[in-house]
Order: sequence, then structure tokens, then C-alpha cells
Amino acid sequence: MNNKIENTLFQCRAINKEFGNVRANNDISINVRSSQIHALLGENGAGKSTLVKIIYGLLQPDSGSMTFLNEEYSPKSPKDARALGVGMVFQHFSLFEPLTAFENILVGLDKELGEKELHASVIMLSESYGLEVNLSSFIGDLSAGERQRVEIIRALIQKPKLLIMDEPTSVLTPFECESLFKTLKKLASEGTSILYISHKLKEIADLCDTASVLRKGAIVGEYDPKKMTPRELGEIMVGQSLFEPKRPVAANKSNKVLSVKINEVKPDTQFGVTLKNIDLAVYQSEILGIGGVAGNGQEELMQVLTGEKKDRNVSIKYMDNDIEMLNPRERREIGLAFAPEERLGHAAVGNLNLLENSLITDPKKRFQMKMGFIDFSELNEYTNEIIEKFNVKTTGVSALASSLSGGNLQKFVVGREIGQKPSLFIVNQPTWGVDALSAANIRQAIVDIANTGAAIILISQDLDEILEISNKVAFLTNGNLSIPTNTMDIKTDEIGAIMGGISD
Amino acid sequence: MFKLIPRENVSPVLSLLGPLFSVGLTMIVGGILFYFLGVDPFAAIKMIFWDPLMSETFSTYSIPQIFIKGAPLILIALGLSVGFKANVWNIGAEGQYIMGAIFGASFALSLYPLESIVIFPAMILIGVIGGCLWSMIPAFLKVKFQVNEILVSLMLVYVAEQILALASLGFLRNPDGAGFPGSRNLNQYTSASNAEIIAGTGIHLGVLLSLLMVIFFYVLLFRHSLGFKIKLLGNSPKASGFSGDNPNKLIFLCLTLSGSLAGLAGIMEVAGPAGQINIDFNVGYGFTAIIVAFLGRLNPIGIFFAGIVMALTYVGGELTQFMLNLPAAAIQVFQGMLLFFLLSFDLFVHYKIKLKGNK
Repeated sequence: MNNKIENTLFQCRAINKEFGNVRANNDISINVRSSQIHALLGENGAGKSTLVKIIYGLLQPDSGSMTFLNEEYSPKSPKDARALGVGMVFQHFSLFEPLTAFENILVGLDKELGEKELHASVIMLSESYGLEVNLSSFIGDLSAGERQRVEIIRALIQKPKLLIMDEPTSVLTPFECESLFKTLKKLASEGTSILYISHKLKEIADLCDTASVLRKGAIVGEYDPKKMTPRELGEIMVGQSLFEPKRPVAANKSNKVLSVKINEVKPDTQFGVTLKNIDLAVYQSEILGIGGVAGNGQEELMQVLTGEKKDRNVSIKYMDNDIEMLNPRERREIGLAFAPEERLGHAAVGNLNLLENSLITDPKKRFQMKMGFIDFSELNEYTNEIIEKFNVKTTGVSALASSLSGGNLQKFVVGREIGQKPSLFIVNQPTWGVDALSAANIRQAIVDIANTGAAIILISQDLDEILEISNKVAFLTNGNLSIPTNTMDIKTDEIGAIMGGISD
Repeated sequence: MFKLIPRENVSPVLSLLGPLFSVGLTMIVGGILFYFLGVDPFAAIKMIFWDPLMSETFSTYSIPQIFIKGAPLILIALGLSVGFKANVWNIGAEGQYIMGAIFGASFALSLYPLESIVIFPAMILIGVIGGCLWSMIPAFLKVKFQVNEILVSLMLVYVAEQILALASLGFLRNPDGAGFPGSRNLNQYTSASNAEIIAGTGIHLGVLLSLLMVIFFYVLLFRHSLGFKIKLLGNSPKASGFSGDNPNKLIFLCLTLSGSLAGLAGIMEVAGPAGQINIDFNVGYGFTAIIVAFLGRLNPIGIFFAGIVMALTYVGGELTQFMLNLPAAAIQVFQGMLLFFLLSFDLFVHYKIKLKGNK
């Protein structure tokens, strides 16, 4: 491109950071050039987050120096960083749930700005960059995807010269990704450099000009993602060869495991989605993928399936039993298992240790002795088994769930559910924010239990994931579910039409 | 201006030191207070914390008294701690304590002078039910209409105090009492008397029950699935729902469990150390137990020690009243300081303070 003249916008030299005995960043040097989209690639725990936290002023390096716009740069706080022109969009949202989207943008501002003026510029930003958000919605009522859009707007409103994005596409659909990429490319062409963290190798190839690969806290090298295949890049990242899970071999057509019929289910909150006209069935050894944009009823459908929301207008038949009025525990007892999207605070609890987290889903009172006393030896054994089988990186069963990285916690949650040997496993966003190798492992584990006869409902906004391992796919649009089709028969342009709601 | 910033690493050692630190600081600041009240601070502090245990003159009386005063505190605090773990805030244990005493005493006195071995256990059961029923009011309103349980349970304390006055002056007044307020003395009614179990000490069944309850609650919280469910609800209602628990049932259980224990403490007290229902029957155990629960870090073993320390301030406080003429209110200030320092210490353990310059 035209960036042959290498004018450096941001540079860090020999950054070191230790936490206790762990060297999170080991002599890291990178160079981000003006108007470039620079990928930071690495597995969970490779040190990316530590590095960007240092750049954003959340952490101070033990040693090393940084320059920004040719001047010494050492932010003491994110506020310093923002004042100098560095913005960041976090992977874990830092939004206030009881406030509206607009109020969140307002309180995030360092400078005083009139509400009307701000409102206008927010509308302008959200329109020109395709970041649709209902500004008067409370954050608590928004889906992960919508929350992220609020975060992105909040960062962009400060007009940063360097924008750090931590896995921004993990909850977006292909359409949203494309429009986000357009946004980012537009920003880059207007002179903003972007430091882009992602595990999704394909999008890095599409989007980024340079990729710095991190492994175990150190830089492996700098690569041109446009000249490499995603697989090559992935293998550099994990330091070993990658495998691709294959979809389950054959569904057993005669054995229907679950059928769900929903005429209409109204949401609990004003901003929720009404589920309508849902008719699905899943068979033994089959993975039914449910795709769709975030906030189109995934959360609501999951709640109906788990039993957290019971509704008489729903008919759920499992094997030959009507189960719509059973609570989650009763459903687990007859062979269902669930892994909801939100890892901390729903599927698992950060303040509890891993043993206690195993106890959250305890079908068949496996971890209980007589009279409800907890069987700690069984619990210990089971939890250790999950950690071992799913390669969960942790200090042990008494580690708090909050001390695990996102990917490791997700492996733990999926492992916990799969270990119960369910006949039906319903999972929402199993690999969101999870590194490539862990994601492949999680997908493989799902495929494995399908191959041993379990039925799977895989709700995911990651289209690649759905197309890779599902036997059948359907899409949620505004609470409606399309008719499930064989994955092999579906064409990419059809998916676009269905997800856009054009088929209606 | 100040700004509080959450600490990334909360030191577990500091967290454990909190109760010790707050006791120490209470001694210092309390000493200063005593100085200004014209009392030798060292003598006062020694009399509160040392003499009840070690002085030859006082300890034979004081040591059993510590357990007698500690028993209701420990019983009530154990019940409260379970609710606090689930984010359910019963602040009205004082009222449930009073109602437990009134229910149990009313039952026993209605049978007076009938003697039977059944009366005592039945009276205790009815006392427990009394406390339980009183806590069901906030529980029901919370579960059915999402009414804040803090306000309802607290307000009901004042209702209970009025009922106590009504009982003392009206329906429970001793017919042979020459018109003085207060019921018959239950200690003079053999079938209903919560008599001492170790002669000459005043130690009664309630003391034994408080020790057994410490073990019971330890097992419940750390070894039983119900304790886990309560902890899960307190940490994440959403995860609790996902696990398949009904939050309303757990909330109801937490409130009624704490009410029942307060009722138990009440009936034990009225049939034992207090002896009768009277206007001044309640002395604030229900409120002090909140301090005990926090000072004990919501842990049954911790609550046991916290209850003993708090009882020490009661017993030692009484000593300072008649030996040094310290006002009773000074001891209440002293106890309040304990909670204040503990909560402040916790704040600094979990947050650091940053000075913010003016804009």
C-alpha cells in the first residue's frame, strides 16, 4: 500500500511485567505505524491483555519505555491515555447496568459536553459506522452484542489516534463484522491506528496490515497476515499444528430427542425479544446450530430451554415427556445439560472456587450423600477430572473461578456439563472470546459427545463455528426461528437473506 | 475530594486481622472517651476486658455470665449470618426475640399452676414459632411483593416493643403482683423454668444450645448442600436460578430461620436469666447480634468468639458501671465502635483511597 514510508505512531521497547512469579510480558517491543490496523495475536494467557493494559495506563510496566507521537509516553491512568489520544474497547464490558446506553456514554466522557451536542454526535457515529443501539435502553437489558456497540461508540466519541480493540468481533454477526471492518478501515484511512486483538485468524487476514504474534509473554515475530493462510498464522500462535473438528458422522433420524414448539413468549423486560413461531426438533447424534445476530432472542430461547423461564405457551417434549414446566434441576435430572452464554455470574460464579462451581449443576445428586450432605471426595475427583480432561489452566480445585482466564473458564464450564454425560446438551456461545486452540478443543468435545449419541443444540453467533460442526442450521431473526436446513445444502448468500429477515 | 478505588489483590491476612484490629482500636478510642468522662481509661479497659476473666474477685461470677450473655448473641447472630450470606437482611431480630419470649411465656403462664414435664419443651417450641411467625411477615412481603425486608423487619421491632408493653401491663401482668407491671416469674414455676444446668453458675440450657448451634451451623454452611445454595444465591441470583433453585424459597427460609433462632433466644432468656416478661425485657441483643455476625465474619466459629468478646463488653461494662460509675450508654457507644471500626477496616482492605485534586 502507500505506507512505505514507515512513520511510527506508537512504539514500545523491551516492556517487562511480572505478576508474582509469572512473567506476563517478557521484553516486548512493537511498532504501530500511522493509519495501520495492527493485529496482536496470541492465545489466552500469552500476555496480550497485560500489554494493552500497560499501553492504556491500567498497569505500569516493571521496565521498558514507550513513545507515542514521537514523545515519551507513560500514562499513569486510562484518563492520561485518553487525554493523549489512546482509546480502548474492552472484551469484558465496563458498563453500568442500571444506566441507559446514552448515560453510559455520557458518564464515560472526560470532557464536559452538552447532552444535546453529545446526542447528535453519538447518533452521527452510530449511523455512519453502523453501530445500532437503542440509546434509551438500560444496559442491563441489552445483549452482549449491543453492549459492545455501546462500548465502541464510547471509545470513538473521544476521537482517539490509537484505538485498542480487545476481541471486538467475538459477539458480532458476519454483517456486523463487515460493517465494523468498514468502520475500522475508514478510521484507519482517516489516520487512526488500530491495535486489534483477536483470535479469529480469518478476520485478521481480511483486516489487518501487520500482525505481532505473542506466545508465553514474548513476541514470536511480526508477520504480514495478507501473505499467510489463517492456519499458518494460527500454528505460529499456538506453537503447534492445529486440527479442525469435523461434524458428527450421522444423525439417528428415528430417535427424536427434543422438540420445541413456541407460539409466542413475551419477554420479562421491555427491551427483551418476543419469541414467535419456533418449531424445532433435534435427533440423536445430531448438532442443530442456531445462528443469528446477538439480541435476536438467543438469550430468551436459552432461558426457555433451561427452564429458568417457564411458560405454558411453550411445548417442550423430551423423549416422550412434556418438560416445559420443569425447573433447570429437574431437567438436568432426566439428562439435559446447559451452558449459558454468560460465564461469570450465570454459568459460573467468580467468588466461588472451582469445587463450588462444580456443585452448581449437580444432576442426580451425584455430589451429595444421604440427607443432602456434600460428598467432597466425589466433588474433588470430578472437578479434578474436568481440569485434567479439558486442560483447564488453574492452580487447582480451590482456585476462584474469577482467577481463570475467559477461555479456561469456558473449558471448565463446558467440561462440567459434558462430564455429566447428557443425552441433550444445549450450549450458547461456547467459544466466545476463547483462543483458537481452546475453541477447537471445545468444539471437538461437543462433536465427540454427539458421536456417542447425544443431541446438541448449539446457539452461536459465530457463523464459521456453526457451519463447521452443525448437521442442521436455523437462524434467529427478531425472535423468529427459520426452518432448520441441512448445513451441507445451505448457501452463504441464503444465510445472509435469512439472517437479514428477508425470507419473511 | 477522595476517591475509592477497588484493590486488585485483597490480602486474606488483612481480612482476617480486621476483627482483631477493630477490637484494638475500640480499646484505644474507647479509652479516650472514658478519659473525657473522668474515668481512668486504663482501669476501665482493664475492667472490661481483663477483670471479668482474670480477677479473683469477679471471675467466678463473671465467667459464667459471659456465656449467659453470649448465648442469645450467638444464637441470634448464627441465624442472621445465614441470611446475610444470601444477601437477605433481617435487621429485626430484636422484635423476633421479643415475640419468641411473649409467645412462649404466654403459653406457659396460661397453664399456670399446672405442672407437667411436657410444658417446658412445648414452651420452647412455641417460643421458636413466635419468632418464626414474626419474621414471616417481612419474608412474605419480600417474596410476594418485593418489599424491602430491612425496613419491614426493623419497623416490626417497634411493634413488638409495644406488644411487650401491652403484655407486661395487660394480658400477662402478674395477678399477684400488687399492680406492678410484669408477668409472673417463670423461675418460680417449676415446669416452665429454664433452670441452671450447672449449680450456682446460672448456666442454662440456652448456653448449651448456643454451643450446639455453632456446630450445627458450621456443618450446614460448609458441609451441606443447603448452605451451598444459600451462598450461591448471595453471590449470584442468576446462577442460583440456573442451578434450579427457587430464590424465593431460599429467601423465605433465611428469614424464618433467623427469626426462629431469635425466638429461641427470647424464650430461653425469659424463662431463664430474665425470669419474667416486663417492659424492659429486651436489652438490644437482637441488634448487638448484627455486630456479632459481622465481627465473626459470618462464620459460625468466628461468631462464637465474637459473641464471647461482645458478652465480655457487657459483663465488663456492668463492672465499670458499679465500680467506676461509667454510664451504661458509654458501653453501648463502645460496642457500636466495634462495628464501625470493623466496617471501616474492611473498606480499606477492599479499597484504596486516592486524593483527587480540585478540577
